[in-house]
Amino acid sequence: MQNTNTSARPEFEIEPVDSGSIGEVERPLSLFERIATNETVQRFAILVVLILVWELYARWLNNSLLFPTFTDTIGTFFRDIKNGVLINRTITSMRTLVIGYAFGLAIAAVFTTFAVASGLGTRILSTLTAMFNPLPAIALLPLALIWFGLGTPSLVFVIIHSVLWAVALNTLSGFRAVPETLRMGGRNVGLKGARYVGLILIPAAFPSILAGLKIGWAFAWRTLVAAELVFGVSSRSGGIGWYIFEARNELDTATVFSGLLTVILIGLFVESVIFRAIEARTVNLWGMQT
Amino acid sequence: MSMPAPSSSQALLAVNGVTLQYKTPRHLVTATYRVNFSVHQGDRYVILGPSGCGKSTLLKAVGGFMSPVEGEITIRGRKIDAPGPDRMMVFQEFEQLMPWKTVFQNVLFPMKVTKKFAREDTIARANSVIEKVGLTKFKDVYPHMLSGGMKMRVAIARAMALEPDILLMDEPFAALDALTRRSMQQELLSLWDQLRFTVMFVTHSIEEAILVGSRVLVLSPHPGRVRAELDTDRLNYNNIDHVDFGAMSKRIHNLLFGEKPKQPGAKEGATA
Ligand SMILES: Nc1ncnc2c1ncn2[C@@H]1O[C@H](COP(=O)(O)OP(=O)(O)OP(=O)(O)O)[C@@H](O)[C@H]1O
Ligand SMILES: [Mg+2]
Repeated sequence: MQNTNTSARPEFEIEPVDSGSIGEVERPLSLFERIATNETVQRFAILVVLILVWELYARWLNNSLLFPTFTDTIGTFFRDIKNGVLINRTITSMRTLVIGYAFGLAIAAVFTTFAVASGLGTRILSTLTAMFNPLPAIALLPLALIWFGLGTPSLVFVIIHSVLWAVALNTLSGFRAVPETLRMGGRNVGLKGARYVGLILIPAAFPSILAGLKIGWAFAWRTLVAAELVFGVSSRSGGIGWYIFEARNELDTATVFSGLLTVILIGLFVESVIFRAIEARTVNLWGMQT
Repeated sequence: MSMPAPSSSQALLAVNGVTLQYKTPRHLVTATYRVNFSVHQGDRYVILGPSGCGKSTLLKAVGGFMSPVEGEITIRGRKIDAPGPDRMMVFQEFEQLMPWKTVFQNVLFPMKVTKKFAREDTIARANSVIEKVGLTKFKDVYPHMLSGGMKMRVAIARAMALEPDILLMDEPFAALDALTRRSMQQELLSLWDQLRFTVMFVTHSIEEAILVGSRVLVLSPHPGRVRAELDTDRLNYNNIDHVDFGAMSKRIHNLLFGEKPKQPGAKEGATA
């Protein structure tokens, strides 16, 4: 034992103070604190700034053919909502989108089920995704037109293509990343087959699955608008892409902007309302993602 | 705490000449070689051995996650060939609870899946076992908000609620700090005092083996072979300073590290 001079310091003990006197140990956040940190509020503030910049720039440029003002755009937007044109176009697009997305998810579910069931299935799926994932859906449009002709089936086909691989890839890698202890825990209580997948694998891989759903949605929406722009021309009830295309032909830039605005608004709504709500109720609540 | 010797009427679990191997694409690793032992009803059976000697592998085999290449394992005379809720595992990792379920739901889950108890009973059982591990206040909390020790207690509660024939615990306290570890050991012992379950417990702490166990199986270094089976039922917290405790600890130490067994209480100071 070395004898250091630490022993010169006195020892002491302190009774802990009553925690009541510490003040704020734990309290709910005030309304202002909650608003200021709320993600939706922050996003909204960013939006307002962007709109201001837009309006000022357009006024300065003063060329409605190149760059209409925000007020013009919003005016056209509300005009077309009132006369029903924009609503109809949106409904047409949405209907196609939902059909394509649903089919894409269903096929992805079938593929991943085979993939988890066997090693061969896994290899088939990973080869297919490696082949088709990099292929832009729009590049398949000419082929789709030959196979299915003009109209909804061709659109649905390219949407399925854009959703399927992203969702399948994410789901599969999510399944693979499920920790061994959780798997063994499931098998320990005798879970097998579909119940094992449903009760253990899917919830455990939910963060990846959700990420896949989000990417799939973004791809599908993008592909749809682009595809409608290409051949909306001859279909009678065009979607939002057709709305933009038509306006461009008439050099009505404010309407083009109003169409783009609609695309953006729908994208924002799905991302920040629908997907946010799902996240808040699942992965955030479970602490699997922050 | 008085712990009467477990009734040695009949073996609950019998491990006969079990050799366990891992086959990887490049290697064949023999984890344990011709291991024999049996666990009786009410035993606190500890498996002790140096790191890598095949303790976890042995426990996995009893759990039914691995089958022996030689020999067999039977529970109540029936051959083990698959995992089942009669042998509940508590793993070494904290992250064994389902993060998408609350503490209560986690405890309820095995009972719901196995339908071992009537629906109405499961809720009462879950509540009572959560109370036993002192987590009633955290019943409706998700696992990510618990500390490591609390997660471990939930895992133990979950396994115990199902009243398995045998509880398999793989170094459940190894990752805990010394204080929590000590209190968890005591908690496990007092739970055992109340419920008298059968537990198989893996550790590589000699002290923990003696404190927690009623019998200790000592394995040789890799590949694991049985070195000894010792009776440690009388040794517990109350006589941790007694010479017998030190002697047992020294004896196990020598078994593990390959020195010739010496006379207990020999001249050199014991390194417990
Ligand atoms: N998945 C695996 N694949 C191949 N070999 C493995 C695997 N798991 C374990 N082994 C080998 O089997 C032997 C026994 O491993 P095991 O995990 O049972 O040891 P252990 O006694 O539990 O060690 P520890 O006390 O460190 O946990 C080791 O030599 C290890 O290298
Ligand atoms: Mg181990």
